[in-house]
Amino acid sequence: MILLDRVSKTYNKALGPSLDRISLHVEPKEFVIVVGQSGAGKTTLLRLLTREERPTSGKIIIGGIDYDKLRDKDIPLLRRKIGVVFQDFKLLPNKNVYENVAFALEIVGVPNREIKHTVPKVLDIVNLKGKEKRMPQELSGGERQRVAIARAIVRQPRILIADEPTGNLDPKHAWDVIKVLEKINRYGTTVLLTTHNVEIVNKLKRRVVTLQHGKVASDRANADYKI
Amino acid sequence: MKRKFITFGRIIHTGAVNFLRNVSLGVAAIAVMVVTLTIILFSVIANATFAHTIQQITDKIDISVYLNDSDTAAQSKQLVSSLKQLPNVKSIQYLSKQDALQRYLAQNNGNDTLLSAVTQSPSNPIPATILIKPNDLNKINDIKDYLSKPDIKALQSNDPSYSGDRKKAIDNITGATNTLQRIGAVAVIVFTVICALIIFNTIQMAIFNRRDEITIMRLLGARTSYIRGPFVVESIIYGILSAVLSILIINSAFIASSNALQASSLGLLDISYASQWFGNNFLKLLTMQLTAGILIGTVSSVIATRRYLKFKVR
Repeated sequence: MILLDRVSKTYNKALGPSLDRISLHVEPKEFVIVVGQSGAGKTTLLRLLTREERPTSGKIIIGGIDYDKLRDKDIPLLRRKIGVVFQDFKLLPNKNVYENVAFALEIVGVPNREIKHTVPKVLDIVNLKGKEKRMPQELSGGERQRVAIARAIVRQPRILIADEPTGNLDPKHAWDVIKVLEKINRYGTTVLLTTHNVEIVNKLKRRVVTLQHGKVASDRANADYKI
Repeated sequence: MKRKFITFGRIIHTGAVNFLRNVSLGVAAIAVMVVTLTIILFSVIANATFAHTIQQITDKIDISVYLNDSDTAAQSKQLVSSLKQLPNVKSIQYLSKQDALQRYLAQNNGNDTLLSAVTQSPSNPIPATILIKPNDLNKINDIKDYLSKPDIKALQSNDPSYSGDRKKAIDNITGATNTLQRIGAVAVIVFTVICALIIFNTIQMAIFNRRDEITIMRLLGARTSYIRGPFVVESIIYGILSAVLSILIINSAFIASSNALQASSLGLLDISYASQWFGNNFLKLLTMQLTAGILIGTVSSVIATRRYLKFKVR
């Protein structure tokens, strides 16, 4: 589902590479946690996957799409296949909960009838039923993040990338968000989660890829994480 | 196909909503667009009116060729048919001595001195005359040259008359009209450029305010056309509104001038004709204004958004 082959990314030659010949293979329906301290390269890795960045060298293939052959005008098509949850939520401030989630469907031309049918179901999955009319600023951090997750999964992507989705949340809300991600994974979506929350990693008991100074320091199934 | 239709509908809807939300920001763009379109419209109307005025004067101009009394009918006929071959000749009228006399009497009716000079003469002193109307006053020399040829000149009793002083007046009017048209064209170009720049600016400000939203749309996989579309729709609405306003301004100006002046002309500009021409060509002018407004709006918004919507994949 996700294949990275000796991928490097260098922003500034003097500072050295942010990612140094990373190789990673994620199977369909897998739940992979990428851990590492700040500056380890987690965010760079995700930005490469969403094509916000281009690798300096190496090969990336996601869902059968070879990034070497991807033209700029096809980037929107790629992003429609990947659901992304951001640490800072990135919700549209002028739209309410329902509209924020519906927006992801509107941009791909889904008919209104289908949107009215799908959005409530997804809001139910992330436990936001009854809060459709709320504006983002009226929600708690955890609720905002769940709106972001609903928006990421409403198009039923095969891959969900979550960049530190619990980074801005207290432990209770963080755990709510993780439970939603687990639920989505059970429905068959491949999940790639980055975090530096030790407690979450250890409770989840999933495959853990540890990044250190831009390199894969370890890649273990059902692993614990120690700083 | 159905999805494209839905997306198109959403783009128009979003553009209309954005227009209503950003109406205060759009006032500047609309104001400049109205000025530009009004100048364009005024230039078009003035141009048509000048052309009409010149045509009216031109129609009154003719070249009179005076024949010898000794010329035979065949010679006169030959001359008329050869003149008809000249490209700048619009029409030709042959007046026999008797017809020419009648015309002279009619033209000078009331001028007793001239009339008595003619009527007291024992024979008709007015020569048979050929009246030539030219197509283009500026090319009158072609006819003049032809009439100066020795064999043609031999058939004439006097030098031809070129409507005397009026020719000079016409030259002046034509010169003034050309100058005005050039000034108008420059003004239209300058205002169109200023208008486009202000619209760029307005849209760029709108985009700047909504750059986060655009980033989110990008990350969610919105196509460039889906992000740009509403901005273009918004600018098209500016264009349509401005076109309608410019037509209303000119229309009000005609109503005001006809009420206030009660005069049919203002210098070279025949207001009553201009007003009539405006009324007769209203639909054409409205279409022209709408096209210009939509075009300015579309082009400027497409260019303005291009800068912000490029994929910056590093």
